[in-house]
Order: sequence, then structure tokens, then C-alpha cells
Amino acid sequence: MVYEDATLDIYPGETLTIIGGSGTGKSVMLKMLIGLLRADAGSIQAFGTEVTKLTETQFIPIRRRIAMLFQGAALFDSLTVAQNIKYPLREHGWKDEKEMDARVHEVLELVGMPNTEKLKPAALSGGMRKRVGLARAIAVRPEVILWDEPTTGLDPINIRRINGLILSMQEKLGVTSVVVTHDMDTCFTVSNRIAMLYERRIAFVGDIEETRNSGLKYVEEFIVGGRGTLDPADDEVTKV
Amino acid sequence: MRQVADLLAAIGAVFSLSIQCFFAFFRAPMELRPVFYQVDHAGIQSWSITVLTAVFTGMVMALQFSTGLEPYGASMYTGKLVALGIVRELGPVLTALLVGGRVGSGFAAELGSMAVTEQIDAIRALGADPVKKLVAPRVLACLIALPLLTMLADVVGCFGGMLITMDEVGITSRFYVQQVLDTLWVVDLMHGLMKSVFFGYAIGIIGCFVGMHTTGGTEGVGHATTRSVVATAITLLVSNFLLSKLFVSIYG
Repeated sequence: MVYEDATLDIYPGETLTIIGGSGTGKSVMLKMLIGLLRADAGSIQAFGTEVTKLTETQFIPIRRRIAMLFQGAALFDSLTVAQNIKYPLREHGWKDEKEMDARVHEVLELVGMPNTEKLKPAALSGGMRKRVGLARAIAVRPEVILWDEPTTGLDPINIRRINGLILSMQEKLGVTSVVVTHDMDTCFTVSNRIAMLYERRIAFVGDIEETRNSGLKYVEEFIVGGRGTLDPADDEVTKV
Repeated sequence: MRQVADLLAAIGAVFSLSIQCFFAFFRAPMELRPVFYQVDHAGIQSWSITVLTAVFTGMVMALQFSTGLEPYGASMYTGKLVALGIVRELGPVLTALLVGGRVGSGFAAELGSMAVTEQIDAIRALGADPVKKLVAPRVLACLIALPLLTMLADVVGCFGGMLITMDEVGITSRFYVQQVLDTLWVVDLMHGLMKSVFFGYAIGIIGCFVGMHTTGGTEGVGHATTRSVVATAITLLVSNFLLSKLFVSIYG
């Protein structure tokens, strides 16, 4: 059993970050939201629809409103950057190549990766792959983006860049974001609310101030372990 | 006992994937380009290995039969035996084993890599069906390619047998070809080709099934590839016997 009590509401337009130790089921929670893993019991609702019993085909309309950025970006190796981004567009019924090219250009500009259309994923660095993965995710204008460890394995410059992108998605596109991360800098930079998974349950939910002042030992230990201090740091990032 | 249960569960899952694959292919929009790509990859690019295997198999069969029949003064009938052996059994089986090793393991490795790097999850998350995108084109390509390769193997195998029979027995090519044509009936060709259709299905579906269910990172991909080759080979050999028994009981 992964969870015993994992009740969590996600509100439109907010950025909710889920934190917790390794193996507590943070990524599992994201995959359950989008139907890649199925819950054995309990209830998960997306846009008011109970999704736990949906078939793969019934899930498709939900998946078209929720995009997921995978930890390793999960770009299709055999396709170019442009073809990767066009993939969901074709699945959404787009046929006009010029319109698709324009959307590819637009989203690559948005993630700071112009003129990379013809590159294959193998030619990209980890940070670039994540940004192309994000470009692919936002190409179809999702209402919700699920970010699975978006900054893991990246250098500080790319971490700031990704954090900026998460904020930009909220500000420019009004996207609701659910971010799973171990990185407390990212957590405090991008979040409106923070939820903590601890001992198979959502043990804490609160905004940044409530998180910093929770008085809960396991929350404080997680923050201190991640940042070395409970003092608020300068969380300004360069917005893309 | 648990291994038997696992085996039965795997057979059930392969059957379920087969049904999904059938409906996925015919569900709009029908995508033929990936099928053509896979026919080229799995079929056309396997022609050289098929020719090489078939020609030497035909040659060695002719050598053994001509030597074995000589004490009975029947070595001039070598062509009949070579043709029957190649067309009914060795053509489809050896082609399937080689293509299974080359193509089935390739499917397992390719889809396995996609599974462990979450690319298959990404396809689902992007609102597409991985069975339609990945499995259906590969299985259909194998269904098309295997009979074509088997026909090629039949012709080349008989040709290889002719070269050795002419040299060992001293008959003419015309006599050999006449013997082959007199011996083979449509039912013999269908016997081999129907097997090859089933073998194509088995190679495609096992490679894809094992690949799609790969876990455990790059090490898992290696294991999946090995598992796919072993499962395919066993399936081909066992089903070959069962299909031969069935066809012999029906057509003789």
C-alpha cells in the first residue's frame, strides 16, 4: 500500500508542490492523477470526473487537459525536437503543417529554445531536454501541468531557468501546476501551497509561511535537510 | 506451481494485447506509414540473412539426402525430398527463427528502452494509444514480411539443393526443377505459408509484449531482449510441431 490517507485538493491557477522523502509515492501521485497508474481504492477526481474507473479510451479527454513533464523529459529519441512537439498536436487533430510549425516556433521561444527544431534529443543537454519536454507539454495549451522532479540533475543556472518557466506558465498561461520535487529552493520559489507526504499520508498542507512556521518536526527536518536553514532565502529567479 | 501461474498469466496478457492490437490497427485514423517502415525494417532488411540461411540449408539437405539415398539407388529423387523439407518445414521455421532473433529482439530492446525512459508513459500522457502507435504496426509488418521471406527462402533453398544435387548425383537442372514441380502441390506451399503467418504474429507480439513490460533500467532492457529471443524460439518450435500435426491431419 502506497497511501493510507492522502486527501488533497488542487485549486485552479495555483502551483502546488508535493514534497517528501524518496519512495514516499510523490511521482506515483502524479501518475495516478493522469491515469498512468491506477489506484486500487479511494477516489481521484479531475475536473469533477471520477477517474479511477475510467478506461484508457475514456481517459484520453482528461489527458488532453493535463500535461505531464517527466523526470527525464521522455522525449522520443527517433524524432526531432519539432516532431516531438508536433506529436501531441497531431493527436489533438491538428493537420495543417504551417499552423503546427508556428506553434512549435512559439512554444520553443517560450521555453528559451529557439532554432532547435531540427535537433534530435540525443544532441541536447539535460536542461535542454527538460525545456523541450515542457514545450511539448504546453503545445496543446493544457489547463494543468504535472512536473515530476523538474530540476533534478540540473546545474544551478538551469534550475533557475526551470523555476522561472514554472512561474511563467502560471503567470502567462494561467496554468495550474503540481510540482513534485526534493529541491526546497524550487519549492519555496514556485509554490503557492506545499503538501508533504510523510508516512503514507498527506501529513501537511500549507502556504510557504505556514510551511516555514509549521512547528512540525518532520517538515522542519525536511526543509533544513534541503536548505541548511529555516531562514527565507532570496528566492528571486530570472523569469523567462 | 507459481511458474505455471506466471506462464498462464503471461499467455493471457499476450492474448489480451493481441486483441487490443487488432482493434487498435483498424481504429481511425489508420496509419500505414509506420507499417511500411516496419515492413522495410523487419522484412526487406532481413532478406540477406534469409537467403544465406536458406541456400546453405538446401545445400546440406541435398548433400545428406543424396548420400543417404545412394545405397538404394534413389539419389536421383533427392530434389523431391529437399523441396518437401524446405517448403513444408525448414523454410518457414528457419526463417522465423532467424527473423525472430533479429527482429523480435530488436522490438523488445527498442520498446524496452522506451518503457524504462518513460517514453511509453509519455505517449499515453499525450493522449495517444501506445498499442496503436507501437505494437500494431510491428505485428502487422511481421504478418506481411514473414510469408514473403518464407517464399524467398523456399526458392533459394531449393536452388541451393539443386546446385549440390547436380554436382553429387549428376542430374541436370531441368530434371531437378521438374522433380520439384512434380512433387510440390499448392497445399505444400500453403502448409509452409500458413505457418509463416502464425510465426510472424508470434515474433511481433512476443517482442512487443516483452518490450512494453520491461522494468529495471538498462539491465532490464538486456534481460528483456534475452527473454524475448528465448520465448520466441520456444513458441516457434512448439507451435511448428502443433501446426504440422494439424496440417498433416487435415491435408495429409
